[in-house]
Amino acid sequence: MSYVAIADRDHEQEHHDPQTFITKYVWSQDHKVIAIQYGITAIFVGLIALGLSAIMRLQLGFPDQFTFINPENYYQFITMHGMIMVIYLLTALFLGGFGNYLIPLMIGSRDMVFPYLNMLSYWVYLLSVVILITSFFVPGGSTGAGWTLYPPQAIMPGTPGTDLGIILMLASLAVFIVAFTMGGLNYVTTVLQARCKGMTLMRMPLSVWGIFIATILGLLAFPALLVSAIMMLFDKTLMTSFFMPAISSMGVDPGYTGGSPILFQHLFWFFGHPEVYIVALPAFGIVSDLLSTHARKNIFGYRMMVWAIIAIGGLSFVVWAHHMYVSGMNPYFGFFFATTTLIIAVPTAIKVYNWVLTLWEGNIHLRVPMLFAIGFIFTFIHGGLTGLFLGNVTIDLPLSDTYFVVAHFHMVMGVSPVLVVFGAIYHWWPKITGKMYNETLGKWHFWMTFLGTYAIYLPMHYLGFAGVPRRYFSMGNTDFLPESAQDLNAAITMSALFVAATQILFFINMIWSLRKGPKSDPNPWDATTLEWQTPDHPPKHGNWGHDLPEVHRWAYDYSVPGYEDDFIPQNVPPDKAPAGRDHGGEH
Amino acid sequence: MSEAVLDSGAADAPDKQGLVEDWSRDKQVFGVPWGKAMMWIFLLSDTFIFSCFLVGYMMVRISTTDPWPNPSEVFALDAFGVPVPLLLIAIMTFILITSSGTMALAVNMGYRKDRKKTFWLMVATAILGASFVCMQAYEWSKLISEGVRPWGNPFGAAQFGSSFFMITGFHGMHVSAGVIYLLVIAFRVRNGFYEKRGGNYEIVEITGLYWHFVDLVWVFIFAFFYLW
Repeated sequence: MSYVAIADRDHEQEHHDPQTFITKYVWSQDHKVIAIQYGITAIFVGLIALGLSAIMRLQLGFPDQFTFINPENYYQFITMHGMIMVIYLLTALFLGGFGNYLIPLMIGSRDMVFPYLNMLSYWVYLLSVVILITSFFVPGGSTGAGWTLYPPQAIMPGTPGTDLGIILMLASLAVFIVAFTMGGLNYVTTVLQARCKGMTLMRMPLSVWGIFIATILGLLAFPALLVSAIMMLFDKTLMTSFFMPAISSMGVDPGYTGGSPILFQHLFWFFGHPEVYIVALPAFGIVSDLLSTHARKNIFGYRMMVWAIIAIGGLSFVVWAHHMYVSGMNPYFGFFFATTTLIIAVPTAIKVYNWVLTLWEGNIHLRVPMLFAIGFIFTFIHGGLTGLFLGNVTIDLPLSDTYFVVAHFHMVMGVSPVLVVFGAIYHWWPKITGKMYNETLGKWHFWMTFLGTYAIYLPMHYLGFAGVPRRYFSMGNTDFLPESAQDLNAAITMSALFVAATQILFFINMIWSLRKGPKSDPNPWDATTLEWQTPDHPPKHGNWGHDLPEVHRWAYDYSVPGYEDDFIPQNVPPDKAPAGRDHGGEH
Repeated sequence: MSEAVLDSGAADAPDKQGLVEDWSRDKQVFGVPWGKAMMWIFLLSDTFIFSCFLVGYMMVRISTTDPWPNPSEVFALDAFGVPVPLLLIAIMTFILITSSGTMALAVNMGYRKDRKKTFWLMVATAILGASFVCMQAYEWSKLISEGVRPWGNPFGAAQFGSSFFMITGFHGMHVSAGVIYLLVIAFRVRNGFYEKRGGNYEIVEITGLYWHFVDLVWVFIFAFFYLW
């Protein structure tokens, strides 16, 4: 394989300079515009899901006080809340949003390798969102099967939304997977093939590494969801029996025979567990860059961080059945999957130690993105530690399907990635819009969100230990629960409503910034990575003006001794600044 | 080490380095056009889709309580009054494998920039593919007329029909899409579309990758569904 400098292949990329408003902002092929389209759509559906969770909490905190919430609606809300948050918000926002925006800018490319496909990806994603939202308004409403959509109950009468809701849900997922595949192929090929001169893989910022590996996971994990969605669609519409055993529903035999409900669980979690890391790995990467930039210190153990991301990505494909300890699968499986699950704690712990060691003796600037990044370390450690409980078969059995599980996964893959999302938005907002936001308002937003989420999820661990089951519409008269459990539930609801309302601060801040915010510096955080070194601010179509940048050092040359500034951008040549540390290859 | 060392190191023989060092240089990881790299990655993803289909099929075949129909009887075709097992499938498989041969020739002609031969070989590939789909349609209608449905069949386990229609249907959709893809590229080759882009016919090979993949998947479906 002959050496081909990537810059020499610049002509391979097609450049269509947008002419009209439509090609510039609507049918745009510019990765930055597509990123913003993805981001706005994802945040919009995320707000719907946030509203649904507020309604659910009203019912749980104050049962029977709100007559407009009946049990059927409750199950529909709980299902749509989970599905939207995991897939349509977090996956789309991290990969479609941040992936699109950051990959070409951080690796010094003009755009994604196939801009047209990238544009299609967004519009197909929008279609999947439209199908999803339509399901709220069809007869019978959206599906109420829980976000895991387990058959047989997902398609049997008695579960809400078994008429059209479940069909639209599965169709929407299939369309989403098509959209993701189009985008994902682009992200992976761009990282592999379109880096600028000098940008070796081991000089890429960890944000790109996280998004890159997460996208590979998505390309290999979403097929399992697609296949299970198709099979369940056939079970529902054509009366096939892939997942449906011979079953009687309210005295009626619907005619299924001999299918395997556990097959669905295996397929679903073969997707579902990597999905956790599809959401987590970009967050890991982004948070590394935020910590390093705002602590003015190189990331501790860069190579280990990269290999930990790769190891976590690989291991995430062999742990899926730890979601199925109570499913009735072969008990020997439990031993295997508990072991692999605990092994995954090793690379994860390496990452956490390295984040903390990055802060150690750093010149920490507690700006808004940094607050969110440090907040993430707290919530992630808490969520990760409860994962050790749930990863062990014997401890998981009594805790399964209690609030403990709810608290665990909300801490580890709800709150933690969302804190990173906020941190990342605050961090890159000046680059995206060219405007600054209000720092004080941002800090208020952080503290109220951070402390508020603890007020929600910390008590849930206790409720889980006490045995409060998840997904119940109401407790009724349950002997083994003390009455104070209900008081705690009411307190959790108050905190949840508070946190939900707090998010208005974020939107006020951003709208104020767009309208009246002061112009920002091209590199307000004195960061080293390429996206802050663009000739235009915010970057224009094509990103780099006439010449592509050339990279001479890794992404973390902060506080290098003997240099005037406390940062050296990646594109500063070695004759102008100390060589610093390099992870380009030889040692 | 210094920058100069890195750059010159990258320029001369990369085989002195380890695999990881080689891949992580400041060059394209794969020395192929972007479209080809993307097609390979897509095919990897598609492999997972078909694997999930086949694993799902095997799992329901194991878990179902009804006996599985005997494929050599169900897929037999009467030739001169004698039922020949798997006759149609054998012909279909032969046709699809043949189409891989014509595709490979088309790729070769593409690199020789022989537009006419490339065009006709691609059209031949598309015709073979289309005849495969037609025979599959015939097989479907024959089984449907014998009472095989996705939800049940007279020969045994209901999952037989479900898996059959789902897997061959999904594969048939791939073949149909491939036929359209082949024809689009073939006519572009003939009309000189790629002459304007520097006379580069790598696209023929990319199309070929997809086509060979669809063939390869068929071999697995043939082995696991018809022969098992």
